[in-house]
Amino acid sequence: MLITELKSKEVLESLLTGKVFIINCHGCKEVSFPEKEAEEFEKELLAAGKVTGILTTDYICNPENLQVRLERRRAMIDEADAVLVLSCGVGVQTVAEYLTPKPVFAGCDTVRLPGFQGVTPQEFDCGQCGECYLNYTGGICPITACSKSLVNGQCGGSKNGKCEVDPNMECGWERIYRRLEATGRLDMLKCPTQVRNFATDAEVTK
Amino acid sequence: MKITELFDRGEFVVSAEVGPPKGINIDHVIEEAKTYLSGITAVNVTDNQSSVMRLGSLATCKALLDAGLNPIFQLTCRDRNRIALQSDLLSAAMFGIENILCLTGDHTKLGDHPGAKPVFDLDSVSLIHTVKLLESGVDLGGNALVGDPPKFAKGAVVSPCSDSVDAQLAKMERKVLAGVDYFQTQAVFEPEKFIAFMEKAKQFGKPVQLGIIIPKGAAMARYMNNNVAGVHVPDDMLAELAADKERAKAGITGVEIAARVIKACRPYCQGVHIMALGWEKHVPALLEQAGI
Repeated sequence: MLITELKSKEVLESLLTGKVFIINCHGCKEVSFPEKEAEEFEKELLAAGKVTGILTTDYICNPENLQVRLERRRAMIDEADAVLVLSCGVGVQTVAEYLTPKPVFAGCDTVRLPGFQGVTPQEFDCGQCGECYLNYTGGICPITACSKSLVNGQCGGSKNGKCEVDPNMECGWERIYRRLEATGRLDMLKCPTQVRNFATDAEVTK
Repeated sequence: MKITELFDRGEFVVSAEVGPPKGINIDHVIEEAKTYLSGITAVNVTDNQSSVMRLGSLATCKALLDAGLNPIFQLTCRDRNRIALQSDLLSAAMFGIENILCLTGDHTKLGDHPGAKPVFDLDSVSLIHTVKLLESGVDLGGNALVGDPPKFAKGAVVSPCSDSVDAQLAKMERKVLAGVDYFQTQAVFEPEKFIAFMEKAKQFGKPVQLGIIIPKGAAMARYMNNNVAGVHVPDDMLAELAADKERAKAGITGVEIAARVIKACRPYCQGVHIMALGWEKHVPALLEQAGI
C-alpha cells in the first residue's frame, strides 16, 4: 500500500514556469490519491491559463495503455512546456521515459503504508522514500536505479556504463545524465546538496 | 599541516597512500612510511579499501602523526551513518589530524564481507557539505558544537579517464559547490585523456593531484583494465610490461612508465598522489625519475 501526497505549492510552482499538461493517476487499489488537493491546485492553474490539457486515469504504470492514452492527447502534450504527473514514483518514471525529451515532473511524494503491495512494472521501481527526487533526475529514480541509492550524482564505480555491483545493470546516474542532456536540463545537476531524510523512508518507518 | 597551505603557496604537492593491515600490528607500516615517505608532503590512509575489513583509518592516521608524518584521513560513507561520520571527524580533529579525503566508497558486495549492510546514509558530496557545517560550528542535525569547531583541508576524488567523463565532471562540480578544497584523481595511464580532462576541470579553480599507480606487471595491468573503474592501461604500456618479466617484477619498468606519465601531466596539475599498493619502496626512485 502507498499514499501519494501532493508536494508543497511552492515546490510545484517552482517547477511550472510555462504551460503544462497534467496527468492524474487515481492508481491501483493500493494507492491513496490526494484527489481534493489535486483538484484545487489544478483549478488555480486552469484559471491562470497555464494548462493545455488534463488526463485523469488509472494504471499509468502500464506502458502499453499509457501510450494509447497519451497519443490521443499528443497535440496538447506538444503544446505544453512540461508534463506534471500526480502519481506514485512508478507512474512518473513510466511517463518520463515515454515522453523524453519532454520535461516530466513529479507532483507528489510517495509514502509507504503497511500492507499488500500493488502490481508494478519490472523496469521501474519506487522506493516509497517519501521525498520524491524524480524532479532532480529527469524522471529516473536514483533510489532504485543506483545500487548505492546516491542522490548527489555518479560514484566512481561504473565501468563501460555498468554498475560496479552488477555488470548487467546500467549505471543509474549515467542514465540520469543522458536523460537530463536529452531534455536540456543538465543544470539540474548543480542543484543544492541533497541529504536524505530517512525519517520518511519506508525502511525506517515500517 | 593542512596541504592546502602548500597549494596556496604554489608548491607541487606530493602525497602517497598506505593501507592499514588486517590486524593490529602496524609497526612495519609505520617503519615503511618513515623510510620511504617521510620526504613527501602527506600520507593518505585508506578506509577499509575495496570494502575489505582492516585496521581503522583513523587509528592508523594517529599512529602516523605520532611518528612525525602528516596523515590524510580517508573517510567513506559505506560503513558509517551521519552520526558516526561526524563523530569520527571530531575525533580526528581532536587528534590533530588536519587533512581529510571524502569518498562515497565501494559497495560492500565487492569486498570480503559481501553480506554486510551497505550504509550510504551520506555520499561524498553530502559528506563534504557536512564537514563544512561542522567547521561553522553546527552539526548536520542543526545543533551547535561546544567549543572550537574543527578545521580541515577537505579533499575529494575524481576519475579523469572514466568512460563517462561528462558525468564525472558534473559530480566534480557538485563537490566544488559543496565546498571541497582539493582533488586527488583515480590512477592515470593516459596523459592525453588527463590533459583533456584538466582543460575542462580548471574552470573550477581547485588544485588537482594526478593519481599514479606503479604497475607491477602485465597481469596486474590487465586485471585493472578488466575490473577497476576509470583505469585503463594502454596496449603499448602492456607490451612494455610484458616484454621483460624480470625487469617488470623488479619494479624498473613500472617506475619508468609512472615517471613518464607524471612528466607528461605535471604542467597541467598541482601535485601528484601515488597509490603504491605495497610498493612504497619504489616511491623515492619514482619521484627522482619524474624530476620531483
